[in-house]
Amino acid sequence: MIKFDKVSKWYGTFQVLSDCTLEVAKGEVIVVCGPSGSGKSTLIKCVNALEPYQSGSLKVEDIEVCGRSTDQRKLRQRIGMVFQNFELYPHLSVLDNLRLAQVKVLKRNISGATDVAMQLLERVGMQAHQAKFPGQLSGGQQQRVAIARALAMNPVAMLFDEPTSALDPEMVSEVLDVMTQLAQQGMTMMCVTHEMGFARRVADRIVFMDGGSIVEEAPAEDFFNAPQSRRAKDFLSMILAH
Amino acid sequence: MDFDIFVITRNFSLLAEGMLTTLRLTGLALLFGLVWGTILTLARLAPGRLLSALATLYVNGIRAVPLIMVIFWIYFLLPVLSGTQIGPFYSALVAFILFEGAYFSEIIRAGIKSISQGQLRAALSTGMTYLQGMRYVVLPQAFRKMAPVLLTQSIALFQDTSLVYVVGLMDFMTASAMVASRDGRLVELYTFAAFVYLVISLVAASAVRLMEKKFKV
Repeated sequence: MIKFDKVSKWYGTFQVLSDCTLEVAKGEVIVVCGPSGSGKSTLIKCVNALEPYQSGSLKVEDIEVCGRSTDQRKLRQRIGMVFQNFELYPHLSVLDNLRLAQVKVLKRNISGATDVAMQLLERVGMQAHQAKFPGQLSGGQQQRVAIARALAMNPVAMLFDEPTSALDPEMVSEVLDVMTQLAQQGMTMMCVTHEMGFARRVADRIVFMDGGSIVEEAPAEDFFNAPQSRRAKDFLSMILAH
Repeated sequence: MDFDIFVITRNFSLLAEGMLTTLRLTGLALLFGLVWGTILTLARLAPGRLLSALATLYVNGIRAVPLIMVIFWIYFLLPVLSGTQIGPFYSALVAFILFEGAYFSEIIRAGIKSISQGQLRAALSTGMTYLQGMRYVVLPQAFRKMAPVLLTQSIALFQDTSLVYVVGLMDFMTASAMVASRDGRLVELYTFAAFVYLVISLVAASAVRLMEKKFKV
């Protein structure tokens, strides 16, 4: 469903992605990990065209993301994204955060959008907070609302960019639980995360990146039990040591 | 000391008319100055290099010259360019719009820049267009942040309109000065004028503080 073929990207002369090739099937959960600055976030932001790439091919449901005739807005409607810093709209209530794009982009009417929003808030356990503003919620609650906001567009795939990195430790699990539930319901997901427990439990495959390249790609069990590359071994020993 | 407070009541209609001109000038300059400032800001943030460079040059240029020079300049230049006299009110209005637009543009730009790029990215990621993201997500937040500064700038504008006496427009200041010299009541009139400017500006300034409290982020 998502198909990277030798995708490369530069910021000026600095290469941030080099020849990334990866295929994600429908319903698959991929965890992208690696040291910071390895290009993980950039890789997933290419999928919904928030970051353009300069060479190679990236197709979502057989449509070239940076193709000349591709309607990137249509593409983005179909791919949900969850950000490290939640990025809820602080001037809107929780309910309006979920309704805005439904009404303005999908042209749903208010009552239809409200129904969808309330169902999703219930799913992430936030229905009691629908009238609150983001500033009144904890980080974990905000991130659950942000996941619901992305789901409100009925995406075919979800991208998670370090969704728990900005959270206090005690709030990590409530967000991971929502993500786990989503994975079990068959959502196609690409997650950049350092939560190795989540990766081991939920991911179908692990993609390990370093220096802008995909160094290793393996089923979760294999990756954790027997990493192939030196760099993945070093990374795992560092991240699992503490 | 001879202090005739009734010189003010005797000339009330003239002074009131002057205040009306001052308020009309302030209001119109504010409205169109904001429109012009928004256009300048969009031009400066636009991807086109030339447009952005021109708008930046304009904003920095205007901010580098005194307001009174712009007022004079438009008053004498506009008739030459257009071939028609538009009178002191409209030439002063044009001068204020051109001048204040540059300052408003700086404020609006700072307001937009204070909103994190992530907000626009979040809007785009749900399929909104750039303009929708600006309109529904970035600008409402930016406006809340810049409202107090915009109002402060408007108070300055209100005070600066007194400069139109140089082109002979009968605003509140000019009316006061005229009555003062005609009736030989300089102390009364200038004290009164100062008091009126003071009260209006202080009321507006307390509104700014209320706003700052209300919109505190």
